[in-house]
Amino acid sequence: MESKEYIESGILELYVYGLLSESENDEVAAMSNKNPEIKTEILAIEKAIINLSSSFSPFISHSQFEKIKAQLELKHGKVVTMRDRSNWSAYIGWAASILLLIGIGYQYSKVNQANNQVATIEKEKSKLQETVVDLETKNKQTETVLNVVRDETNTVVALAGQAVAPTAKAKIYWNKQTQVVYVDASGLPTPPEGKEYQIWSLKLQPQLTPTSIGTLANFKDNRSKVFAVEKTGDAEAFGITLEPAGGSPTPTMEQLYTLGKV
Amino acid sequence: MTQEELLPLLLRKEERAFTLLYDMYSKSLFSIITNLISDREEAEDVLQEVFVKIWKNIETYNQSKGRLYTWMLNITRNAAIDKLRSKGFNNSQKNLSSDNFVHLLDDSNKLTNRIDSIGLREFVNKLKPKCIQLIDLLFFKGFTQQEASDELKMPLGTVKTQNRNCINDLRNFLKV
Repeated sequence: MESKEYIESGILELYVYGLLSESENDEVAAMSNKNPEIKTEILAIEKAIINLSSSFSPFISHSQFEKIKAQLELKHGKVVTMRDRSNWSAYIGWAASILLLIGIGYQYSKVNQANNQVATIEKEKSKLQETVVDLETKNKQTETVLNVVRDETNTVVALAGQAVAPTAKAKIYWNKQTQVVYVDASGLPTPPEGKEYQIWSLKLQPQLTPTSIGTLANFKDNRSKVFAVEKTGDAEAFGITLEPAGGSPTPTMEQLYTLGKV
Repeated sequence: MTQEELLPLLLRKEERAFTLLYDMYSKSLFSIITNLISDREEAEDVLQEVFVKIWKNIETYNQSKGRLYTWMLNITRNAAIDKLRSKGFNNSQKNLSSDNFVHLLDDSNKLTNRIDSIGLREFVNKLKPKCIQLIDLLFFKGFTQQEASDELKMPLGTVKTQNRNCINDLRNFLKV
């Protein structure tokens, strides 16, 4: 009944006309949301008044409609719409191709970056391999040296410094059974450029007979300074002289660095 | 198509929304304009202006504050009144026109294309003169209850209910 009174008051007509104060207006709007009866009434009033006013409208020429559309920049007609659509798809096409180009550029730089990384890693890998090989070589050398030193069957001959180099010293490790000879040259100074140490096995009786059993090539590069030289079976003493690179047929006695008897 | 269905289309600025909007409301709003502005060309200018405003400001329409039609109605009345003022009419809207909306019938005689399929105009001629005046002032011209009461020398308290009775007559005729 309350809504009936409300409806009969005539306020809904003024609501549709747009004549209410803001607070009255809000009240009716709220009521119409809550009460379907009021809502229906508002719609009916609106329909009636739109009908009434429409029927009193003078004829409006179609050009008005077109003029307003033109002002609003609304396209009309099929041809224009089609053109619009093709423009639209062209924009999409351009946007897509630009995106594609950007994508390709990005991928290209990514690939380059990856390639560079691979190259760097390859370099590092080969460096590491070199290091490993180097270490293995050193390791083997060290092992060899240790084996030589530890081998109890070896005869150790200490060679003492001579007139040219009183502080020089060397050791010969000689396995009489296998005849293998190692020289520990760590007590010798580094030979000058173009010179090499030459190892001699000496026979003292019946006369002093030196036999070359090799030179210590790559003296600098051998860190352990233990060198394998040629085999000998009948040495009575060992001597080391400094000779021109490649060695000499006979020892240069003035350049005898060390000497020792077995 | 109801206003509730039309509004989302308008907000999406769909072209067909404009066509629907125009079909549904251009006549009603143009009658408001021509009732205030007798000059045909100026009335058409205002009609254009009104639809441009509706289209461009549709985001500012607040559904919880009232009907979409009412919102458009206010835009239309204000645009027409602004136009009159800019043309040097007295700035009181009560002096705008002594004619009521029924005079539009006479003007439209020269227009060949007018049809009144529902015979509404004939019915209006049978409406009580008080009803024509009330609907003209309140609905077409946007007078307040007080202004209508002054103009028609009618007690303020009866303006609202009298108008209600007139609209009821109209609804009975239209069966809405």
